[in-house]
Amino acid sequence: MSCKLTQSYVSGYLDGELDLVHKIEIDQHLESCPDCARELESLRSLRAALRGNQLAYAAPAALRGRIESALASAAPAETRERKSAWRLPPMWQWAGAFAVLTIFAVAAWRIVPALTGASAEQRIAAEVFTSHVRSLEGDHLSDVVSTDQHTVKPWFNGKLDFSPPVEDLAGDGFPLAGGRLDYLEGREVAALIYKRRLHVINVFVWPGASGTVSARVLAPRQGYNTIEWSRGGFHFWAVSDVNPADLAEFARLLQARIAP
Amino acid sequence: MPDTTRQERFEQTVLPHLDAAYNLARWLTRNEQDAQDVTQEAFLRAFRFFDGYQGGNMRAWLFTIVRNTCYTWLHHNRPAEAAEEFNEEIHSPQDSGPADPELQLLAQADRESLRRALEELPDVYREAIILRELEGLSYKEIADVASISIGTVMSRLARARTRLREALCAPQAKES
Repeated sequence: MSCKLTQSYVSGYLDGELDLVHKIEIDQHLESCPDCARELESLRSLRAALRGNQLAYAAPAALRGRIESALASAAPAETRERKSAWRLPPMWQWAGAFAVLTIFAVAAWRIVPALTGASAEQRIAAEVFTSHVRSLEGDHLSDVVSTDQHTVKPWFNGKLDFSPPVEDLAGDGFPLAGGRLDYLEGREVAALIYKRRLHVINVFVWPGASGTVSARVLAPRQGYNTIEWSRGGFHFWAVSDVNPADLAEFARLLQARIAP
Repeated sequence: MPDTTRQERFEQTVLPHLDAAYNLARWLTRNEQDAQDVTQEAFLRAFRFFDGYQGGNMRAWLFTIVRNTCYTWLHHNRPAEAAEEFNEEIHSPQDSGPADPELQLLAQADRESLRRALEELPDVYREAIILRELEGLSYKEIADVASISIGTVMSRLARARTRLREALCAPQAKES
């Protein structure tokens, strides 16, 4: 192995993170090359300096208290409920539950028909879900495969009657992977594909939103999570099998990138 | 009743990693007050997402949240810094083998000059070196936290170390 190659591996060698073949090659090279041996020595000194100078910061004492009280106010309902000293006898709990259910059922019966918007939303949710699953079958995930937003955005030119906002979030761990035309709500929409490690996130974008509507998490459907929001005149629906936390983070990052 | 609340479970399992979380936030924000705010926000987020934690390395899970919270915070509060796109190829330092005095300089490096050298690293290098050298994460764990490949972890650490050596052995490092 050459010195140049050795120097590109010596840091991984120091960390014990090389595969066996490379490790053995470096071992052999170091025995016969004083320059590279000195390189390794220098990295060892650096490591010793970094580890021996107490560079890690400890959290200030007050921070723990701050966080504990913030947590307590974030979960007051739960704490109160679990810690409540008295409990109703089981029969009364059931009666109470039945009464609450009845009230909800009546409320739903009276109110739901008035809310036609809810059913439109459910329809979109179903379509988004189906599109997402379909996109993962076979190889029709992306029509344009690129991690570059400046390649993906122009690709939609002439294919859609609008220009969707395309942002790469690679720096935040959600690299852009490509784009695709899709069909939702009786119209052509842009589908942007992002990756989260091995997971795929589909973001469906189409215009016609009025104002900004903050992100709303929909009930999970067969292991897929969905979040929708509106911003900058566009509707956004993000769907994926990543955990809800990651998807929420993704939605928040994407919202932050797009002008309201 | 042996029934522990979600908050108690969280405080028993996640809160013990407070120092590690704060350390990462402190190095990424490079400011004590900001690090406290970010850490608190990260713990609230971790609490909200606690049900989504699917076992595995708790510290790495928490680091992922702290890191994301940091970058979001930096994006909002220091947009000028966040906007600086970092090109790793352009910034890759030229390798020149170590001269003998280098070993001595590194051995004598004091806390203050080490801190300064670390703070001057680009964020992506700094987080890699902090997670590796101060928190002892494996390449795989760092790759998961930063959502990058193991190969990228290896090259970032190599470059971070070259830069640190250069910074610590540069003439001005001795003067100040």
